[in-house]
Amino acid sequence: MQVGRYGRFGGQYIPETLMHEIHKIEEAYEFYKNDKAFNDELNTLLKEYAGRPSLLYYAKKMTENLGGAKVYLKREDLNHTGSHKINNVLGQCLMAKKMGKTRVIAETGAGQHGVATATAAALLGLECEIYMGKEDTDRQALNVYRMELLGAKVHPVTTGTMTLKDAVNEAMRQWTKRVDDTLYVLGSVMGPHPFPMMVGDFQSIISKEAKEQILEKEGRLPTAVMACVGGGSNAMGMFRNFIDEPSVQLIGCEAAGKGVETALHAATIAKGEVGIFHGMKSLFCQDEDGQIAPVYSISAGLDYPGIGPEHANLYETGRASYVPVTDDEAVGAFEYLAKEEGIICAIESAHAVAHALKIVPHMNKDDIVIICLSGRGDKDVAAIARYKGVDLHD
Amino acid sequence: MIKDAFQDKALIAFVTAGDPTLEKTKENIKEIVDAGATLVEIGIPFSDPIAEGPIIQEASLRALTHGVKVNEIFEMVKELREDVSVPLCFMTYANVLFHYGYDAFLKRCDEVGINGLIIPDMPFEEKELKEAARDYDVNIISMIAPTSRDRVKMIAKEAEGFIYLVSSLGVTGERDQFSDNLKDIIGDIRSVTDVPVAIGFGIHEPSQAKAMAAISDGIIVGSAIVKRIGKHEPLYDYVKSLKDAIKTA
Repeated sequence: MQVGRYGRFGGQYIPETLMHEIHKIEEAYEFYKNDKAFNDELNTLLKEYAGRPSLLYYAKKMTENLGGAKVYLKREDLNHTGSHKINNVLGQCLMAKKMGKTRVIAETGAGQHGVATATAAALLGLECEIYMGKEDTDRQALNVYRMELLGAKVHPVTTGTMTLKDAVNEAMRQWTKRVDDTLYVLGSVMGPHPFPMMVGDFQSIISKEAKEQILEKEGRLPTAVMACVGGGSNAMGMFRNFIDEPSVQLIGCEAAGKGVETALHAATIAKGEVGIFHGMKSLFCQDEDGQIAPVYSISAGLDYPGIGPEHANLYETGRASYVPVTDDEAVGAFEYLAKEEGIICAIESAHAVAHALKIVPHMNKDDIVIICLSGRGDKDVAAIARYKGVDLHD
Repeated sequence: MIKDAFQDKALIAFVTAGDPTLEKTKENIKEIVDAGATLVEIGIPFSDPIAEGPIIQEASLRALTHGVKVNEIFEMVKELREDVSVPLCFMTYANVLFHYGYDAFLKRCDEVGINGLIIPDMPFEEKELKEAARDYDVNIISMIAPTSRDRVKMIAKEAEGFIYLVSSLGVTGERDQFSDNLKDIIGDIRSVTDVPVAIGFGIHEPSQAKAMAAISDGIIVGSAIVKRIGKHEPLYDYVKSLKDAIKTA
C-alpha cells in the first residue's frame, strides 16, 4: 500500500501552494509520534488536563431494559470540553508548538472541534481562528460564544450550504493565504495525508483504553463496538485497536436525516460514490456531474458529505459495517439515554445509541457492545426542544 | 497547440462556463479573443472550488444555479471551435474529471479541441490524470507556487504545455502585491525546461500585467474578467488594455 493510502482511498489532492507544507507536517509527525519527550508531554496533558482515561461505564439499566447484550458506554463526553475532540487537538496543537507555529486555524461543525481547538490554543499560547458555517453558528450559538471566551476568533462562513463542508473549504482557502506560521488543525480523519492517519492515531487512545478496560472488567473482547460517523474521528478512535481483532464487529452509524430514501440525509456510505474532495479520495455524496451534494442532518457534527479514507477502505474491504440512522431515531435515543441512564449525550453520539437500541435486544446475554459516547449533549438541548416543538423562550 | 499562444507574450483569459449562460460564455470568449487573448481558460464550475476567491466562487455558483452540465460545456466548446482557433484549456477540480472518468473526459477534450487541463487540486505527486492523458493530445498543466521551493525543478522537468506560476499565496482574486521570489523561481524553471511560464492569481491592472509579463512568458487574468461578466460589462476594452500593456513588456 502506498504511503497515505488506505486501499484506493486517501492521497494528497491539494493545491501546490500547500504541498511543501503538508510534507513538512508529514515529516514533523513522523518524528514526534516516536519522540519520547513529545509523547510524555502529550500523555500528561491528556491525563492532567483532559481527564483521561475516560470511563468505560456499564449501562446496567439500559442492559436490563433492552434484554440482550451487555451495554458499555465509552464516556468521551466526560473529557474536558465535553467531547473526544480534545484528544486530537492536544496532539496537533502540541505538535504545532514544537514546529514553531504561532497560530492555528480549524473548521467546526457542531462547534465541538472548534471549542476543543480554542481550548488547546489558549492553553498552549497559540493564536486561534475558527471557520464555522453560518447555519451552524446559528444552531450552535452557545459554542460560538464559548470559543470567543477562549480567545478564538470565529468566522461565520456564508458560502455554499453554510455548513461543515463549507467551513472546511474556507479553512483550506485561508490556510493557502498564510502557511508559514499556521497549522490547519483538521478535526476529523479526513483531508490530505497525513491528517487521516494522524487524527486517527491521536483518537486511537479511545479504543486503547476501552480494550484494556473491557478486558479488566469482563476478561474478554466485546462482540461489537459502535460509534457515530460524520468524517469519522470518534469512530476511528473506537475502531483502531479492534481492527486486528476479527471477532470484534465494527459498526459506524451515519446520519440518515429524514431518511436515505429522501434527499435530506448525510449518509455517505449508503448513498455516496467514490470521488476526490477535501484533499482525499474517498466516498462522497455527489450528483451525476461530480458536484458535491448538499447534505442534511439534525446533527451539525455529522452534516458532512464525505467520510475519512480509512473508513471508506474498512467499508470496501468489509471489515467494518456502516448503518444509516434517522433524525427521529437519534432524537429518540437522545431522550432514551437521558431517562434511562441519566446521561444527556450529544445528538451525534445519539446516532450510535439509536442503532444499539435496534440491535442489542436481538443479541445474546453473553454478548458485549461498547458504544462510544463521543460528546455531551448540553449544546443540543435547545435544538432538541425545537425539534420536539417545545418553546424555551430563548 | 498550446505553444501557439506563446508566440509573443501570452495573454491568458479565464471565464466560467455557463456564467450566466453557455450562449453568453461563447460570446464572451469570442470578444476576449478578438481583443487579443492568446489562450482561453474555460472554468468548469465546481460546487466547492477551494482554490478560488469570492469572485470566481460566485460565478461558479451562478453557473451551477442555472443548471450548467459538463456535457453541455463540451458541446459549447465544439461550437466555439468553429470560430475560435486559439488554444483552449479547461480549469476545474479533480472530482469533476474523476466522476466523468479520466479516459472518457480526456477523449471528449480531444474531440472538441481542448488543448490542456488545469486542475488545482491535482498536484505533482498525484499522477493518475497525467498517466491517463498520455494517450490523448491534451496537456496537463503544472502549477508552481511561491511556496514550492525545492519542488520547482522537479515539477518543471515534467511540465508540458505551459507552467502556471501562482503569483502569491492564497486563492484567486484581485490583489495589489505579488510574491517577491517569482524571478528566482522562473530562473530555476529555466534551468531545467523551456516550457513557457505564465503568471496568474491577482493580476488585474494593466501595469501589473506589464510587470509580470516582463519577467515571464505571459500572464493569466481571471477574477478581473469574471467580475466584469458578473456586472454585464463589456470585456473588449479591458482585455485590449491588458494586451497593449504586455506588448511593451
